[in-house]
Amino acid sequence: MIRLERRLETPRWLGVVIPLASVLVALLVAGVVLLASGHSPVEVYRSMIEAAFTAPGAFSATLVSATPLVLTGLCAALAFRMRVYNIGGEGQLYMGALGASAVGLALGGLPGPVVILAMILAGMAAGSVWAAIPGLLRTYANTNEILTTLMLNYVAGLLGYYLIFDSNSFWRDTTSPSAKVFPQGKTLADSTSWPAFHLGAVTVPLGFVLGVVLAAVMFVVLRSTKSGFQLRVIAGSDRAGRYAGMRTKRAIVLVMLGSGALAGLAGASQVGDFSHLFDPSGLQQVSYGYTGIVVAALVAFEPLPLVLAAILLGGLINAGFTLQGATFPQGLVGMIEGILLLCVLCGSLFGRFRIRMRPAAAGAARTPGDRGSAGEDRPLVEEQEIPILASGSEP
Amino acid sequence: MESRTNRQPAPAIEARGITRAFPGVLANDRVTFEVRRGEVHGLLGENGSGKTTLCRILTGLSRPDGGEIRIDGRRVHFGSPRDGYAAGVFMVQQHFSLVDRLTVAENVVIGWSRTRRVRLDHRRVRDEVLATANEYRIPVDVDAFVWQLSVGERQRVEILKAMYRGARILILDEPTTVLTPNECEDLFVTLRRMAEAGASIVFISHKLREVLDVCDRVTVLRLGRTVDTVDLRRERVDPGTLAHLMVGRDVPPGGRRRTPVHTEGRPVVLDVEDLTVRNDFGRRRVRALALTVHRGEILGIAGVAGNGQRELAEAVTGLRPRESGSVRVNGRAVPGADPRAAIQAGMAHVPEDRIGTGLIPSLRVSDNVILKDFRDSRFSRGPFLLSARVLARTRELLERFAVRGRPDSLVRQLSGGNAQKVLLAREMSSEPAVLLVASPTRGLDVAATDAVRALIVEAAERGVAVVLISEDLDEVLDLSDRVAVMYDGRITSVIDPVTTDRRRIGMLMAGMETVA
Repeated sequence: MIRLERRLETPRWLGVVIPLASVLVALLVAGVVLLASGHSPVEVYRSMIEAAFTAPGAFSATLVSATPLVLTGLCAALAFRMRVYNIGGEGQLYMGALGASAVGLALGGLPGPVVILAMILAGMAAGSVWAAIPGLLRTYANTNEILTTLMLNYVAGLLGYYLIFDSNSFWRDTTSPSAKVFPQGKTLADSTSWPAFHLGAVTVPLGFVLGVVLAAVMFVVLRSTKSGFQLRVIAGSDRAGRYAGMRTKRAIVLVMLGSGALAGLAGASQVGDFSHLFDPSGLQQVSYGYTGIVVAALVAFEPLPLVLAAILLGGLINAGFTLQGATFPQGLVGMIEGILLLCVLCGSLFGRFRIRMRPAAAGAARTPGDRGSAGEDRPLVEEQEIPILASGSEP
Repeated sequence: MESRTNRQPAPAIEARGITRAFPGVLANDRVTFEVRRGEVHGLLGENGSGKTTLCRILTGLSRPDGGEIRIDGRRVHFGSPRDGYAAGVFMVQQHFSLVDRLTVAENVVIGWSRTRRVRLDHRRVRDEVLATANEYRIPVDVDAFVWQLSVGERQRVEILKAMYRGARILILDEPTTVLTPNECEDLFVTLRRMAEAGASIVFISHKLREVLDVCDRVTVLRLGRTVDTVDLRRERVDPGTLAHLMVGRDVPPGGRRRTPVHTEGRPVVLDVEDLTVRNDFGRRRVRALALTVHRGEILGIAGVAGNGQRELAEAVTGLRPRESGSVRVNGRAVPGADPRAAIQAGMAHVPEDRIGTGLIPSLRVSDNVILKDFRDSRFSRGPFLLSARVLARTRELLERFAVRGRPDSLVRQLSGGNAQKVLLAREMSSEPAVLLVASPTRGLDVAATDAVRALIVEAAERGVAVVLISEDLDEVLDLSDRVAVMYDGRITSVIDPVTTDRRRIGMLMAGMETVA
């Protein structure tokens, strides 16, 4: 019989080996599917790497997708680390784009740096406000934030559609010839375009730079500040937080505000770095808010590796755009993404559990949690079989 | 069931050579265990001696690495608890598995209807459960919702559940931890009655007196091995002998005592007046309660679980809002529903729920040590924590309080005793004026119990006003200077722990007598 037993301690080397092995397994499994669909896995992977990273301009294109993913990933990481399950990065991103484009349109005449700063702040504020709703509902009305944040995504999405397609709102372009054919947002003034940085041949958008900086900030805050300590305590047990005199409700609202601000910044960056207009349908097609949760989950909500995961997934998305065509359906790209995610999440199981083989006996069946009680220093939590792929948010 | 060919009926349980290893420990090492039909058989051992593991194996919750089990003479291989149930082996765990929002009757039949019909006939099921309760004289209101019940009552529901489901071998895991002396006696009567009716009872305990009171025979485990099986009906055994078998060296049975100190003349440190508190469901669980604790005094609060002790502790320490009343520390009022204010007023609290409220199991020992002090300028500068100082502080406390563990161990990796010592170390090191401890030694082994008791006594000797809330009457009597009996949200009487008769205290705890 094979069984999983909880590890009391995870060896450090496993933290490196497991993700790499998981990716390898994912590539093998996906390879089988590719073979079955008549594609050469080696060829597909080679062209994917080329399209994502090595071809001229590929890495810059990858960063276009990685930029929002870093920010929405951090949005998910911050909240999930606190065990506040903010699934609303998507809607908070829309609201961030809405807020940033409003400010960009209104202040278009002012000097660039001023407008850009105002857009950043407006995007973060709009995302915060949107996240504050479920945050307050959770703390003061005891609602489940998973549901409220998810539902508010639809509200935000529909609000965006309404503003561009169904009303003559401030955001809608009613003058240009193309807008007469198909409704679209007003284009922002050139002075509102966010600067990009050039590292050799690679173009790094401002949003990506902000994302990396914020990832570093989050790393430091979580690790060595009083606020991070409170977050870890409340995540571990909010009763213990209250017992220790922490304002746990306020902490939850603050985390939601911060989380929403990160997704809002992702929305602002979509406007300022890339689209230069408020484009609700474009934002909804790419669903960076949801993918951010995936990015964060891939690295167990650790901010620094999260940047790498965002680049990896950004590369995958970018390669998908390039690969898809008559002979390579989009579904195959999604399949590779899905298998990758599944394998990494399953792999993370082995960080927390070990496999134990034992001889099978007659009538063998799965036994529920198995608690030992021997040894002088009996640990409080012992080996257990836990058949779930938990979110891995154990700090 | 078979093998009547022998002169003696086969034992109800016959386990030989049971071995079970966990990473790093041999929980059961060739354990031999035999329970006869119709006997109450004690299973005695310290925490970590392998009692729980053995019983989990006997019930099918866990599978042995080696050895064989016979139930009524028949070799069995339990793959799951269901196989154990089929053979009539049931266990009442220390942690109950009841659904709060269902009634007692519903909890008893959950997943175990006697009929095959899909629809549940509530009325019939209720009557059946009631009949079982009456048959074994288990006093439980079958229509009550489980969330309304005290811990003691919940335990009775668990026993009822097993009996309803046809238990012939019933294993009780430390069942008396939550009961008053009188309730224990009731339980013992029930157990004896069940044994006379042919049921076999395995009674797990580390309390010697209980084992001597109720058991026919007792098997002692130590460090995963069977030390001896003693027939209490044939041999005269004193507690000291059993304690020696259990611990492997001579220990005073029961642990540390304190000679009561008269503290009337000393200044009052904690003064609670007219305190009324509601529980999570809006019911008043503390009613107009008043108490005072003097400098250097240990005030014990005795009572059956569920008489408002928990709400009292939470209201005094700010975890739970007060409906009315005041709490003063050294004459200064402490605002309600504000744990931080209570901490600042000099209140230290060792909660009943150590792991989860008092400590965070997923965090390191060092994090837990500074849980309440992390804002202090000793451990932080600006927004940052000073990890070197935190580490130094943790090392110092681990050494001072003789905790076995490293600063970077997770609390969940510690043993129960060491975790409790970490908690006490943190609370006492804050130089509190008041120390409120709830069930401080529950589940701890003899050595850890002794260490924890010593720390509590030491706190009082240093002038701390100590409130000791415990369902373990012996502990309250051994350590307190005065004992307040709590019943139905009130302090019904304050008694002298030395001169008052145990039986009377039991009556008071059951609300049967009031003394001014």
